[in-house]
Amino acid sequence: MKKLINDPADVVKEALQGVAAAHADRVRVLTEPNVVVRADAPVQGKVGLVSGGGSGHEPMHGGFVGMGMLDAACPGEVFTSPTPDQMLAATKAVDGGAGVLHIVKNYTGDVLNFEMAADLASSEGVEVQAVVINDDVAVQDSLYTAGRRGVGATVLAEKICGAAAEQRRSLAEVADLCRRVNANGRSMGMALTSCTVPAAGKPTFELGASEVEIGIGIHGEPGRERRELAPVHDIVSMLATPIVEDLPYNSGDSVLAFVNSMGGTPLIELYIVYNELNKFLSGRGITITRNLIGPYITSLEMQGCSITLLKLDDELTALWDAPVNTPGLRWGV
Amino acid sequence: MRISYGQASDWVRAFAGAVADNKEYLTELDAAIGDADHGINMNRGMQAVLTKIDAGAQPDVGALLKTVGMTLVSTVGGAGGPLYGTLFLQMGTSAAGKAELSGEDWAAALAAGVTGVQNRGKAELGDKTMIDTLVPAVDALREALGEGAGLGDALARSAAAAETGMKATIPLVARKGRASYLGQRSANHQDPGATSSWLLIRAAAQTFAGSGAGHDAQ
Repeated sequence: MKKLINDPADVVKEALQGVAAAHADRVRVLTEPNVVVRADAPVQGKVGLVSGGGSGHEPMHGGFVGMGMLDAACPGEVFTSPTPDQMLAATKAVDGGAGVLHIVKNYTGDVLNFEMAADLASSEGVEVQAVVINDDVAVQDSLYTAGRRGVGATVLAEKICGAAAEQRRSLAEVADLCRRVNANGRSMGMALTSCTVPAAGKPTFELGASEVEIGIGIHGEPGRERRELAPVHDIVSMLATPIVEDLPYNSGDSVLAFVNSMGGTPLIELYIVYNELNKFLSGRGITITRNLIGPYITSLEMQGCSITLLKLDDELTALWDAPVNTPGLRWGV
Repeated sequence: MRISYGQASDWVRAFAGAVADNKEYLTELDAAIGDADHGINMNRGMQAVLTKIDAGAQPDVGALLKTVGMTLVSTVGGAGGPLYGTLFLQMGTSAAGKAELSGEDWAAALAAGVTGVQNRGKAELGDKTMIDTLVPAVDALREALGEGAGLGDALARSAAAAETGMKATIPLVARKGRASYLGQRSANHQDPGATSSWLLIRAAAQTFAGSGAGHDAQ
């Protein structure tokens, strides 16, 4: 394992110290338990937005704390859900009297820990609603699985709900909006290589030199199929076809297209993916009216990408365009 | 034939030792069908538990178990944190105020803990989870005690049932947790949560059988 770390046990702690040193103008980093919180939290009269999850997906979630997006993020150990005490501390730190929304990615650990945290927060008099994001079409959603994983739509939900909260919309309205983003967003990812969890010291899974995993999860969970590498034209079709057919996205739809790096894939390749995606969608009469391209929900140093589509209307577009000022996303300010 | 505070504490220590000894093994099992962190997470949590219980004795067995549960909830993360945390918290509630436990008390506490895990995780028998180890363990324990077996014998039968349940997860297709994303590919792997749960039940049989509790039962 070659990584720029001091000790595998200190990865999360030292990265958070770096975040605190770099972004003190926008966020504060609390310790014991670890929480990244907006510098000016709690914002009185505004719904507080809290998310969190395992570390290793940076900039999600800590990099999305700031004006126009999250009020707090709870970083767990690498690829491990944070704990209820972190979520409770975050919830109390951002409660400005208008209630707190938990944005939870659909992983068993995240859901269970956020449920315990919501119970604890309610018992302390904080009004909490939770929305679970489950946009990964790679996973069969049935009674016999834990359901679809939460992936790229989480980033979009945090941005859009953050903008709505800045407009002082109510907790019920922001929660409804979050469910609407989830309902209109779909994603699928793929991996060219594995990643190595620092504490494990070896790759999470093995891929042959010319193999790819289609439908990969953001923790290296296997997807739909393992197959030979193909030109990106074909790879994009393998990712975008199930996405488009699932919702479905129809001719005449306007979408936000989010092309995400799993961490190790460079921007030049993401633009090639975007180019293929643009052609693919054009061929189906679907228009990309907004885009996001880059590493925003990563899987350590894994090479690969994910595609997320969000069907847009005027309201979602306006909220997407609204100002945001976080370490990971910044415009309009 | 009672479990003292010291023996309950020894059980927790024995479980911590077993988790530490099997940290790599549990993580390898998890790498096959999950996200390769179960051994690492459980070991971090149980080491924190040891630090906590070394710092000072709790007033009774119930308080000890609750302390273990709260520590796991705040240190383990993943699904293991809330599930094992709930197991110990519910056991602690069942054993609240008791300076020592009878065999029936132990069975009631374990049953309460396992019910808590089921309520939290909503897994059923056969879903390829820790429930597949814990439910047979409770059932066997109660059956043995109901037949008048001594505690040591009952714990041995409980551990045997737990081991059978754990091994029975190998052919199963997972229906809960991250392993469920694999569908058929989750078959032919032993479930890591079922395995750590077996370490817990086995630790009880070993600890209590090797103490006064077991001897009295012979």
